[in-house]
Amino acid sequence: MIGGGIDTGTRIVGPDVDFLAIGPVLALAVAALVVILVRAILRKRGPVNQISLGVGLAGVAAAGVLLGIQWNEVRDDGTITTIAGAVRLDTFGVFLGVVVLAATAMSLFLAASYLEREELEAPEYYALMLLSAAGMLTMTTANDLIVVFVALELLSIPLYVLAAFDRRRLSSQESGIKYFVLGAFSSAVFLYGIALTYGATGTTSLTGIADFLSANTLFEQGTLLAGLALLLVGLGFKVAAVPFHMWTPDVYQGAPTPVTAFMSSATKAAGFAALLRLLGVAFPLYRTDWRPAILGLAVLSLAVGSIAAVIQTDVKRILAYSSIAHAGYILIGLQVDTARGRQASLFYLLVYAFMTVGAFAVITVATRKGDDKHSLDDYRGLALRRPVVGGLLGFFVLAQAGVPLTGGFVVKLEIFSSAVDAGEYGLAIVGVLAAVVAAFIYLRIAVALFTSPGGEAADASEDRPVDRWTAAVLAVTTAAVLFAGILPGAWLTFAKDATFL
Amino acid sequence: MILSLEITGSYYLVVAALMFSIGAVGLLVRRNVLVMFMCVELMLNAVNLTFVTFAEMLDDVTGQVLVFFTLAVAAAEVAVGLAIIVAIFRRRRGATADDLTVLKG
Repeated sequence: MIGGGIDTGTRIVGPDVDFLAIGPVLALAVAALVVILVRAILRKRGPVNQISLGVGLAGVAAAGVLLGIQWNEVRDDGTITTIAGAVRLDTFGVFLGVVVLAATAMSLFLAASYLEREELEAPEYYALMLLSAAGMLTMTTANDLIVVFVALELLSIPLYVLAAFDRRRLSSQESGIKYFVLGAFSSAVFLYGIALTYGATGTTSLTGIADFLSANTLFEQGTLLAGLALLLVGLGFKVAAVPFHMWTPDVYQGAPTPVTAFMSSATKAAGFAALLRLLGVAFPLYRTDWRPAILGLAVLSLAVGSIAAVIQTDVKRILAYSSIAHAGYILIGLQVDTARGRQASLFYLLVYAFMTVGAFAVITVATRKGDDKHSLDDYRGLALRRPVVGGLLGFFVLAQAGVPLTGGFVVKLEIFSSAVDAGEYGLAIVGVLAAVVAAFIYLRIAVALFTSPGGEAADASEDRPVDRWTAAVLAVTTAAVLFAGILPGAWLTFAKDATFL
Repeated sequence: MILSLEITGSYYLVVAALMFSIGAVGLLVRRNVLVMFMCVELMLNAVNLTFVTFAEMLDDVTGQVLVFFTLAVAAAEVAVGLAIIVAIFRRRRGATADDLTVLKG
């Protein structure tokens, strides 16, 4: 042997990598890097914007095709575990991947015209959004707490920048710094939860934790329970559940509207992916410990999200509080902890993504340049002046309120019936009461849209026509919300196939 | 007389827990954004100490590897965080959170 006793011929064997399982993440990450490269090489502004949007959409399309292949693969052949157990590809992960990717595609469409209008740096924006989406897709298939953490940071760090993206607008910068400080705090809390869980079980693998807990009885449970609590706090921040919601109204209001659309739909789906997997895969044996905690989060989110929205006067803030309330409904499905409940939560996440992106899509075109006039007064009479735009905003807020024949009604019904099935009558009643209170604020928006502003008539010449990118998003979201409301069968089957953890 | 004090793993864990608490409380009570930022770093380093201690107690190398992940992520977070802080306070007097009052309600 040469080299002082070291066998230089030793092959270092890495873990097996199934590239199909991480394909969508790679597609988005490569697209983001190409966008940055193009930006660095080409100098002319116009073509760079077009090329980077094209590359971004190509990346999303490639990821979508790969998700389709994954879905067929895992539905027929079962779960794939790869990279030394760090990644676990199952129907659950693919389903939420589809939600994230749909939200990403629609947010890119919205950004295309928005960035041009507000004169913002488009390529950087697309690259950050693609990277964030890559983090979310990693999150949906993560089977190891440290992968969850890295994914959490990969999705959060670009979002901090995106929230502060409009450098000229103080409110955007302020939302960025607030999101950053609270996001960093929640990440640290989450990480401490990982450390304590690791200390108690000796592993960070989700399936490893479950195996350890079923094989051993812990002599002292304090460390593990503290770890679990901290993990819940960290993810509670990400999904905007009360009492970890303080950042949500400020960030949703200040961030550029396409970013708000992205945060409320995709980030929520990714956060719930981690939450569902953590509780369902790693801690099923501790359900008697975490169910009361989730119950508390759900009830508080419903109450605060619905009641606090009533006193708001800014439309983006109202939608932020309503997103907190929606997190409460999704938590109900998590709390009942049955296959039916999980199915209802997944279905809710899918339909909610379309409802919220649709609402924010209208907001991007309903207001004038500057993106800071969103008070109810600014929206007064919108439906009289611009029937299509105002009517669509009315449609989306009524869908969020849960009016029959829209997806918002069916998803709430599913959540409530899953709670009743599991004997959680109290929770179902709280949910219905919250829906009634929240209906008030949604109706307030709808009424404002259809009442004449009084005083001087708004200057119609400043109204922007709806560009074709936004029109496409509005068409897709409207169709999806109506389709989910009238013919929910196919969607429900899709969500049902995805409940195997 | 020789005073013998055996430092066991739990001492390190307690120190880490104290560091984490100091960071968390500091983040919540201090108004200067840079100091709040340092508090986050304190929390992350408390977690690192916890990881290393558990790795030693469990005789398992995973915990030590995790520290590298934390360090890398913390570095990325610092870069982005400082950039946002610079961008926002370039146009203002001081770096205190009390000045951030555009968004409220």
